[in-house]
Amino acid sequence: MTDAGDVKTLIIDDREVSALRGQTILEVARENGIDIPTLCHVNGLGDVGACRMCLVEIKGTSKLQPACVTTIYESMEVSTNTERLQKHRRTILELLFAERNHICSVCVANGHCELQSLAQQQGLTHVRLPYRNPDLHVDGSHERYTIDHNRCILCTRCVRVCAEIEGAHVWDVMGRGINSMIISDLNNPWGESSCTRCGKCVQVCPTGALFDKSKVGDAHPKYPDFLPYLNLMREAK
Amino acid sequence: MSKLTLATVWLDGCSGCHMSFLDLDERLLALAELVDIVYSPIVDRKDYPDHVDIALVEGAVASVDDEKKIHKIRAHTKTLVAMGDCAVAGNVPSMRNPIGPKAILDRAFIENTTSQPQIPCIVVPKLLPIVRPIHEFVKVDVFLPGCPPSADTFHAALTALVTGTPLDVPALTRFGA
Repeated sequence: MTDAGDVKTLIIDDREVSALRGQTILEVARENGIDIPTLCHVNGLGDVGACRMCLVEIKGTSKLQPACVTTIYESMEVSTNTERLQKHRRTILELLFAERNHICSVCVANGHCELQSLAQQQGLTHVRLPYRNPDLHVDGSHERYTIDHNRCILCTRCVRVCAEIEGAHVWDVMGRGINSMIISDLNNPWGESSCTRCGKCVQVCPTGALFDKSKVGDAHPKYPDFLPYLNLMREAK
Repeated sequence: MSKLTLATVWLDGCSGCHMSFLDLDERLLALAELVDIVYSPIVDRKDYPDHVDIALVEGAVASVDDEKKIHKIRAHTKTLVAMGDCAVAGNVPSMRNPIGPKAILDRAFIENTTSQPQIPCIVVPKLLPIVRPIHEFVKVDVFLPGCPPSADTFHAALTALVTGTPLDVPALTRFGA
């Protein structure tokens, strides 16, 4: 039984909605059919607010807040899709495209990529920033999977699923800022790491950075939907 | 009213966008009623005309020749359309950027050659250090991403441009489409 004091009322995009104490803006918005775009968030994993796609405006503060890690409070007023937010979201996508080598046409994830579809959804037709064209490697040392750093957006979904769900914590982030890299173990080749070969990281990767070697061309849809189900089953046990 | 003039240009691309444009098939006949194609790889004209209403530019800017051409096109064109991912984003031609033109040319013309290894320097234009999308050189009016944009995308976009009606590009196409 929910304590009445735990029920909060707030306004999202001019709509009055009710929520429970401790819920995030993103959770409440989605429960009420209000879509906030996300990239690093995936249902079933802890949120880190890394990609900033879900930034929202909250009345009373000029600072934009990531909806995935901001909890609601009574009488909060949230705007999720203002012109300012749309502008920022497009700029974030442009920065992601410019940062590494995202060549959609020859990517294994073409047509199944969250970065690609988000760009289209947010009305991005070109990138105004100069491309950085970094020289990044592809690690194909694993017998089943490949990591292509050219396509990585550092969302850390792979790091989180490996640590939180698989419990192996093979993946982590090395370096800082623009030099950040996803590494396995202590920057060892993936094929020589402590990887359990479960493949969860491949399924949650939103782009073509992690892919299954047995898939060819662009026939590589990802299925991250197993996560909430897996969590549910584990809790029920 | 005289017909609008249309040019299509082929810079550093694979001609796939032109192929997709030709996939308009019988709709090309309807298009020909509305526009005169005055310059194109499929039109026998050597120099870019002085006044072009709409130019579809395929391909990225990869050589000194591409760079010269894109400035000339911009100067003589009312509506410049970046056609396809190479023109819009660099795409496949830009995959040489992390490697650099010297290593690429050495590989193709020296290392893998048994007879008279030499890098061609006569007639062929010099490569730029990096391949870049055309909007990094000149102002682009319309971006049509896609590899290639579909014939339907061309049809919708050209119809909008010729008739002056609004054009919603993200509803039609995307990077890699």
